[in-house]
Amino acid sequence: MSVIGLTETTQYLTFKLDEEIFALDIGKVREVLDFTTVTKVPQTPDFMRGVINLRGSVVPVVDMRLKFGMSETEKTVNTCIIIAEVSLDNETTVLGALSDSVQEVIELEPGQIEPAPRIGTRLKTDFIKGMGKRDSQFIMILDIDKVFTSDELVIVHDAGKEAVLS
Amino acid sequence: MSGAADKHRETFREEANELLTELETALLELEETPDDTELIGRVFRAMHTIKGSGAMFGFDDIAAFTHEVETAFDLVRNGKTAVTKGLIDLTLSARDQIRAMLNPSDTETVDVVKAGELVAAFRELVTGKKKDACPSAPASGKGSPSAQVSAGVKSEKATYRVRFHPARDIFMCGTNPLCLLNEMRGLGNCRIVAQLEAVPPLEDLNPGECYTYWDIILTTDQGINAIKDVFIFVEDSSDLKIDVIDDGGRLDTESDYKRLGEILTERGDLTTDDLQKTLSAQKRIGELLIETGTIEPGHVESALAEQKHVKEIRKERQSTESISSIRVPSEKLDKLVDLVGELVTVQARLSQTAAAGNDSTLLSISEEIERLTWELRDNTMNIRMIPIGTTFSKFKRLVRDLSGELGKEIEMTTDGAETELDKTVIEKLNDPLVHLIRNSIDHGIEMPGEREAAGKPKQGTVHLSAVHSGTSVLIRIKDDGKGLDAETIRAKAAERGLIASDAELSDRELFELILLPGFSTAKNITNVSGRGVGMDVVKQALGALRGHIEIASTKGEGTTITLRLPLTLAIIEGLLVKIADDCFVFPLSVVEECVELTRKDVTDSHGRNLANVRGQIIPYIRLRERFAIGGDLPEIEQIVIIGSDGCRTGFVVDNVIGEHQTVIKSLGRFYRDTEGLSGATILGDGTVALILDINKLVRNAELDEQAAL
Repeated sequence: MSVIGLTETTQYLTFKLDEEIFALDIGKVREVLDFTTVTKVPQTPDFMRGVINLRGSVVPVVDMRLKFGMSETEKTVNTCIIIAEVSLDNETTVLGALSDSVQEVIELEPGQIEPAPRIGTRLKTDFIKGMGKRDSQFIMILDIDKVFTSDELVIVHDAGKEAVLS
Repeated sequence: MSGAADKHRETFREEANELLTELETALLELEETPDDTELIGRVFRAMHTIKGSGAMFGFDDIAAFTHEVETAFDLVRNGKTAVTKGLIDLTLSARDQIRAMLNPSDTETVDVVKAGELVAAFRELVTGKKKDACPSAPASGKGSPSAQVSAGVKSEKATYRVRFHPARDIFMCGTNPLCLLNEMRGLGNCRIVAQLEAVPPLEDLNPGECYTYWDIILTTDQGINAIKDVFIFVEDSSDLKIDVIDDGGRLDTESDYKRLGEILTERGDLTTDDLQKTLSAQKRIGELLIETGTIEPGHVESALAEQKHVKEIRKERQSTESISSIRVPSEKLDKLVDLVGELVTVQARLSQTAAAGNDSTLLSISEEIERLTWELRDNTMNIRMIPIGTTFSKFKRLVRDLSGELGKEIEMTTDGAETELDKTVIEKLNDPLVHLIRNSIDHGIEMPGEREAAGKPKQGTVHLSAVHSGTSVLIRIKDDGKGLDAETIRAKAAERGLIASDAELSDRELFELILLPGFSTAKNITNVSGRGVGMDVVKQALGALRGHIEIASTKGEGTTITLRLPLTLAIIEGLLVKIADDCFVFPLSVVEECVELTRKDVTDSHGRNLANVRGQIIPYIRLRERFAIGGDLPEIEQIVIIGSDGCRTGFVVDNVIGEHQTVIKSLGRFYRDTEGLSGATILGDGTVALILDINKLVRNAELDEQAAL
């Protein structure tokens, strides 16, 4: 059984959150940066870590661990920011995804990828494009566009309001 | 079609659009002062240029159409017909038609039928007038062929030397040479010298013969054929010589215009030998030539006139060339502004690095760079500034058309048209202003009868003004209509559940409700307004421009809407402050002063957020609390006092760092809805600081406090 929409061998960038391995379609990744100073924007949810200066433009940074319900990312030598292109309401925006460490670029054939099970991942199934396997370890391939849909951003807006009133 | 031709057509389109705007302005002014010949001239020139260059770039339909309009205005210019409202109406619709023909994409299809109707209307106007003015008909008939010649040749001015030696018996043919000379004067800048050498002593003089001949120096853009046309009936019998002596700049490479001697030899009035002989005598050549009797004084006078004339023409041309402007695509300017923005950021970093080290050479270089960068920034911003007047004239038209449509009598007055604003701001301001003016006309100003009953002048006034105020520009739309009815708004808002029916709101707050989407107090929806969309559009557009809207109104007396806009969108002067480890930027334009806030001051005010600044009570907002920033409070905090919306408010921060050149960056899609922040900027050390939206913060604080009570 294969995942709809995956017909060609694609390269994926794998990264670690805690001990788990996640992957992003390499076509979505623009570059990988070392962790730099992030400016927190007040009245926004915790998973939105703030903004960084990417050669003169201001780019938002999202803490992937917090987004997926883990504890906040601690800064280590391996911490990095994956700069990805996300299409949001048919508009391409650039954002940084904070991850514990970047692993490698791997190739997966469509046959190697299975659809995500409906239960057991403890994540919204929408977020996951499919699951791959490598050296007896699962790789969760993320659909980054779904992770940051406008619905997800509405929460951001509400959270901002709550902060004002509290 | 080749790329170059396309480019030319594009340039023509741009120019023609400008000319059409100019045409509209002139027409509207002409309506007010119909006798102003200068204005009629402006209308005519604009039309003429459109026609001429239209034909040149292959817009034959436009040229043909404009020709009809021009013919009508030719009559006006010659005083054969008066400026009437009908003519202005007709010409304005013709202008719209030309615009539609020019930008076919603007309208679905070019309305050929309408164009035909307009042409017919103009033709009728012209022929009707011609019949009336029978005796002068030949003259006006003569006027148009010369206009057509000029349409082909056009624009390039040239100077001609004409020697007109009429036949002795010219009077016998019934020709008055003076009329011909006057006609020459009509063609352009003209100097005429009469040559009288052949006039015999009185006893020999035959009054029926013409002894005089003339040297004429003429600068005109009408082409040589126009000159030939003047002499067309005497050409055969007279001796006519036309030379081009200056062809509009192409000969300017010669260092100076010809010497007097050269002119005379060239004309054949003097031989080279005679000239050499005279020159060797080393006196002023003109005097010498007359003294020695080599030539007639009249010839010298004429040659001198030519010399002077050409010199003046060239001088004039040079001065106009040196002040002329160049056309630059606005994308290039945008790119330039982006680059300057980057430069300002890098310069801030350089200054910081230089200040941190103790290399005095580096420091002085960095200061130099700082000065240059600021100058460059100011100049670049200046390039993008354009006067708001062009937009104003567009609204005059709007008011005129709408008031006619609604049967109201409305006059539009403007001032501050010369106020300059960033190009982008002006472009984006158009829509909100259209909505506001429509509102004033439709809802504000009453019908003439109603106005008279209320004891007001029959004619309503909409006043549009623009004025600088610090680093903002205030644009006011003021009408003397019926004003906003606070009670109706309250009732409507309560009905729609926007406010509680017993809510206590000031008039200002009530008026602001009209900015909400879908809010309309109009009982009837007209095709002008009343759908409740307009004001929301205004609010959105102003938000995008970082502007604010203030509404003041007195029932029965009128409404004033003030738009406060920043001068530029790209770079502002900021005041950098620190709270814990985070940096924030206040727009410096609203900062009035900074004072200290000690622990003792806080305890003295019993937990109320009020500070005593030189006897004045200043309420303050704790940004640390507002932004939920943790950490310990410093012993002495700072209050940044802001003057906004007419009252002073303090913002408590940990530390004031100082002035900062702020290049505004958008926070992007993700943080678009964050309240209280208007953008971000990059600091010298590469980190990001957030720019505060002061008005929003104050408003939110007000709302929260009211909600908490």
